[in-house]
Amino acid sequence: MIEVVVVGAGMTKFGENWESSFRQMIADAAIKALVDSGLAGEKIEAIYGGCMASGRFIGQEHIGALIADQLGLNPIPSTRCEAACASGGVALRSGYLAVKSGEHDIVAVGGVEKMTDVSTEDASFALGGAGDQETELFHGATFPSLYALLARRHMIEYGTTEEQMAMVAVKNHKNAANNPNAQFQSEVTLEEVMNSGYVAEPIKVLDCSPVTDGAAAVILCSKEKAEALGMKYIEMAASEQASDTISLAARKSLTELRATMEAARKAYKKAGITQEDVDFAEVHDCFTIAEILAIEDLGFFKKGEGGIATEKGLTALNGKIPINPSGGLKGKGHPVGATGVAQAVEAFNQLMGRAEKRQVKNAEIGLTHNVGGSGATAIVSIFKKAGVKK
Amino acid sequence: MTVSAPMNWRRIPERYRLKGSYCETCGKAFFPGRVVCPNCRRKGKLKEQDMPRAGKIFSYTKVHVGPTGFSHETPYFIALIELENKAKVLSQIIDSEEEKIQVGAKVELAFRKVGKDDKYGAINYAYKFKVIE
Ligand SMILES: [Zn+2]
Repeated sequence: MIEVVVVGAGMTKFGENWESSFRQMIADAAIKALVDSGLAGEKIEAIYGGCMASGRFIGQEHIGALIADQLGLNPIPSTRCEAACASGGVALRSGYLAVKSGEHDIVAVGGVEKMTDVSTEDASFALGGAGDQETELFHGATFPSLYALLARRHMIEYGTTEEQMAMVAVKNHKNAANNPNAQFQSEVTLEEVMNSGYVAEPIKVLDCSPVTDGAAAVILCSKEKAEALGMKYIEMAASEQASDTISLAARKSLTELRATMEAARKAYKKAGITQEDVDFAEVHDCFTIAEILAIEDLGFFKKGEGGIATEKGLTALNGKIPINPSGGLKGKGHPVGATGVAQAVEAFNQLMGRAEKRQVKNAEIGLTHNVGGSGATAIVSIFKKAGVKK
Repeated sequence: MTVSAPMNWRRIPERYRLKGSYCETCGKAFFPGRVVCPNCRRKGKLKEQDMPRAGKIFSYTKVHVGPTGFSHETPYFIALIELENKAKVLSQIIDSEEEKIQVGAKVELAFRKVGKDDKYGAINYAYKFKVIE
């Protein structure tokens, strides 16, 4: 059985990168990952690139070819992966499968989005494409409004409060302030979040992840090859994906994301662990309610107890299960196609023990969780420090 | 977004009178109609059916920041409505007193303009719902 490892990781700073273009950012991130791995570019056998909406954001499609071209890596195969905000996660999983299958020994996985070249209104419209155009966007539903419908049900069924949601933002900003690549380098107070004005009730401005430019990349390799070449690595023990209905109206429940639950169940099984073994998780907090749903659906807390767990500090950097030590989408920023790969970059940095001020102590197993749209796609991947047995 | 005339025309039964489908095998109703019953797949037997025109609010939100084409209408209400046959539909809630827009509130079908095509000026109409006593 071929085992997959991560041998290098890199990312651009996330933020409003006005000075940097789409192609510059993906090249920067990929070069950082390659240099980190110590490999020369000609060792790369294939590229998988996550990108959600470059057609709407910069008028450019055919991203796979563009990335290979910009990296000077022609003629190797280069494929774009798209699953809305889970595009990066799908690219990561595609690279994982390519190595796992034995077809390739070493592949590069990237994710990129350039969102600030269009107006905020146009960016919202582009992001809306992650939902159901015909039955949601057509009627004036925005992405925050879809998550607001989820939040309302969570509040009604479990008593989750707007303050508890706001506490997710406070925590993730605090973590982001310790991440030099994060978009937000400052903390926010509970009062600031609560007073930040509604976007779609009960979701406020500071419950939302920002519009962000950025790129991230990791280099995946077979364990055998990594050991033969004497490279440092972390193990990639599982990468599972699941699907759900694209529209919220067709869901059985609005208080869980079934794609997350299914991907998590399969990932734990494949990695031979339970949720109890996970030392930290990078979860998809596109809105604060999404983190509450995620920590329940991943099994860290019982359904309905995600809000209270956040309030008790159980998800803080020094808590029972640190969630989003990088700052998450909320604090680090959310360049949609890059997010799923940036989560793997954080997992790499944490498990290599080089996350500096945001280092999770004694971290041996990390989980990443990337969601597309309002939950129609979810990818859960599990990483282990080299040599961890569990 | 610019929506073509054929697309608007194609959607008229769905958007003007809530045409959906139901599966004769499992009895589940779907809105919009589907080609395949996700429960029964090949064993399913889908028939066209207009949805009931009444239901109740399952979840709702007051939208303060609207997308392209809707920003002049803010704030407005978006709700997930559970129809009497249990099918759910996402729609705007209009012509209702704000304090009556609550989870569980009874609503009925209305018919309204839903924005204007930005390029050719075609006016889109579709279902919306309003709270009834
Ligand atoms: Zn059926």
